[in-house]
Amino acid sequence: MISLQHFLIASVLLFAVGVAGVVGRKNLFIVFMSIELMLNAVNLSFVAFARFLNQLDGHIYVFLVMAVAAAEAAIGLAIVILLFKGKESLNVDDFSVMKQ
Amino acid sequence: MDLHTTSLLVWVPLLPLLGSICNGLLTLVYAKSEHGAPRGLVSAIAVGAPVLACVIAFTLFAQLHGLAPEQRLMTQSLGTWMQAGQLKVGMDLMLDPLSALMICVVTGIGSLIHLYSVGYMGHDRGFSRYFCYLNLFTFSMLVLVLGQNLPMMFIGWEGVGVCSYLLIGFWFTDIAKANAGNKAFITNRIGDFGFLLGIFFLFAFTLHHGGATLDFIRLQDFFHSMPQGAAITTTVATTAALLLFIGAMGKSAQVPLHVWLADAMAGPTPVSALIHAATMVTAGVYMVCRTHFLFDLSPLAQIVVASMGTLTALFAATIAITQTDIKRVLAYSTVSQLGYMFVGAGVGAYSAGMFHVFTHAFFKALLFLGAGSVIHAMHEEQNIWKMGGLKAKMPVTYWTMLIGCLAISGIPPFAGFFSKDEILWQAFNHHHHVIYGLLLLTAGITAYYMWRMFFLTFHGTARDHHKFEHAHESPWVMSLPLVVLAAGSAVVGFLGVPHLLGGSNMFGRWLEPVVGLVEGSSYPTSLEMNLMITSVVVGLIGIGTAWARYSKPVPSTEPTRAVWWDILWNKYFLDETFEALIIKPLVAFSKVFLYRGVEEEAIDAAVNNTPRVYAGISGAVRTVQTGLVRNYALLMLFGAAAIALYYLMKFASLQ
Repeated sequence: MISLQHFLIASVLLFAVGVAGVVGRKNLFIVFMSIELMLNAVNLSFVAFARFLNQLDGHIYVFLVMAVAAAEAAIGLAIVILLFKGKESLNVDDFSVMKQ
Repeated sequence: MDLHTTSLLVWVPLLPLLGSICNGLLTLVYAKSEHGAPRGLVSAIAVGAPVLACVIAFTLFAQLHGLAPEQRLMTQSLGTWMQAGQLKVGMDLMLDPLSALMICVVTGIGSLIHLYSVGYMGHDRGFSRYFCYLNLFTFSMLVLVLGQNLPMMFIGWEGVGVCSYLLIGFWFTDIAKANAGNKAFITNRIGDFGFLLGIFFLFAFTLHHGGATLDFIRLQDFFHSMPQGAAITTTVATTAALLLFIGAMGKSAQVPLHVWLADAMAGPTPVSALIHAATMVTAGVYMVCRTHFLFDLSPLAQIVVASMGTLTALFAATIAITQTDIKRVLAYSTVSQLGYMFVGAGVGAYSAGMFHVFTHAFFKALLFLGAGSVIHAMHEEQNIWKMGGLKAKMPVTYWTMLIGCLAISGIPPFAGFFSKDEILWQAFNHHHHVIYGLLLLTAGITAYYMWRMFFLTFHGTARDHHKFEHAHESPWVMSLPLVVLAAGSAVVGFLGVPHLLGGSNMFGRWLEPVVGLVEGSSYPTSLEMNLMITSVVVGLIGIGTAWARYSKPVPSTEPTRAVWWDILWNKYFLDETFEALIIKPLVAFSKVFLYRGVEEEAIDAAVNNTPRVYAGISGAVRTVQTGLVRNYALLMLFGAAAIALYYLMKFASLQ
């Protein structure tokens, strides 16, 4: 029988992978995808809670998060493109100053 | 008592103030021009203002004289000056016989000195500035005299202090003269502090005992309504009187606060005349007479005043013997004569003290203006050992100075005789025999040093031939005041002829409604007559000694150089003592503790180290701001983890 704990452990693991990606990787796209991973880890725990507590609230939150993630992806990718145009680089550490 | 009001009174001080403002503005307008403001205009304003004030003063005097003696009090209120809690101080002026007398002296003699100054300062670049100060000086003195309450008097009191500072240091480019101005001001501040404490004390006491007041008339009523002879009355009166007397000591140059007056000679000579005769130094005596109801209640305060007066009179007279600067001789004689006035006030014979203020104003103004005339003629030479034989060159100055010297030596029938003798007699009459003896001795010394100065200046032969050749009599604007003052010095004494000589002591009667009058004596009249003859003889002995020593053609240095001479020449080393005991330690304390310790180590260090602390903190914090997104993400992670941990532990502790 798969219990709530299993889902939550999976969610934590996914989240940890996401954090490691954000903090540790240098490529902008990887960082970006890691953020999506973290969001989805949270989504997983929402859904799991909703299922096991028999409440719809969790589902609603998931939709909300997915909508925000979509918007964020659109804007984030646009920013990445602009950054790349400026510096010809996708290395996060290259963008340590505000001015060009 | 009926209160008469008058609208004329305010013009007496106001006119000199307007004169001062006009000349001040003229000085500013013409500040850039080569010759300064037009001298005719400046002198017209400067002399006109006090002369008009003098006319008004005499008119008021006549009005006051027309009233019955016990009704002689006029007031003019110019509104409320300040009000806080129970303190209410009005801008009130008061004219009673005492202040009426003073305003006549101040404006009358002041006018003559202003006129004289037109001649004396004629070549000075600061002509208009000088008259601006001089008028302001007169104004301040008039406010002091006319003020109906202690704060008003204090304003005038401080005003003359400021003006004396400005005028003594008039030639401020000379550092010694600027320092003399400082000395006068600072020494006066010490006295003023006592005066202020006295005012505070009187206010606090009256506040707690039924009606806060600083008004002279109300204060007098207040003290008269207190239980007479009770310990509290005496204690309060003594404390207040002594505090006020400290103020009087500063302003009227009593030992040990007299040191400024000799240095005040640094100012132009007419200023010295104004300070010594009409304004400033008489303020202390006036104040003691004005607050006589306090001194009357306190035998201790009276004896202190009389003793300090005697000490000062003798002390200054002995110093004057050795001085070679003509103005310094006169300065010490003023200090000495002020001592006499305080003795008069101290033994309770206030009208005798005021009478000496009155006559002294005439002959001291005369002597100073005469000295100024000599100095002017001798091209700023002030050393009497370089003069001599000026009798032939300057007849007007010679004869007027002769009268002045006779007056101050107490030779009848000149003014000084009557007033000085009145004080001597009152001291004796009140059983202060030691004081009488010392003052008699002082009278002899006074005659001696005044005539020493006189003979050295005018008799004998010229000791500086070059300057003697160029000496000349002064212009009319300078000699006219001399003649008027000489006439005054000769006759004003007759206003106070005692009963003994067939007079009616008009002067004492005039002041009687204010300060009372001492009459009668436990001594026989023959004794009074003998004492009078004695004092004249002592004066003549002084003159005779001076004649024997100095009337002949004498060498150009002092014959005696004994140890006591050195002590007197150095004014008992009092300046040096103050320097060593007060000024040096104070300067050292300022340098070592206040400057190095407080200023540099504490205040400067605090100011300088504050930015250093912030620089250090921000330097440490700045390293966090790397600009690397991954660092921020990591920090955010730690933060989020910390918050999560916090809530976890909180929930854990709840279960």
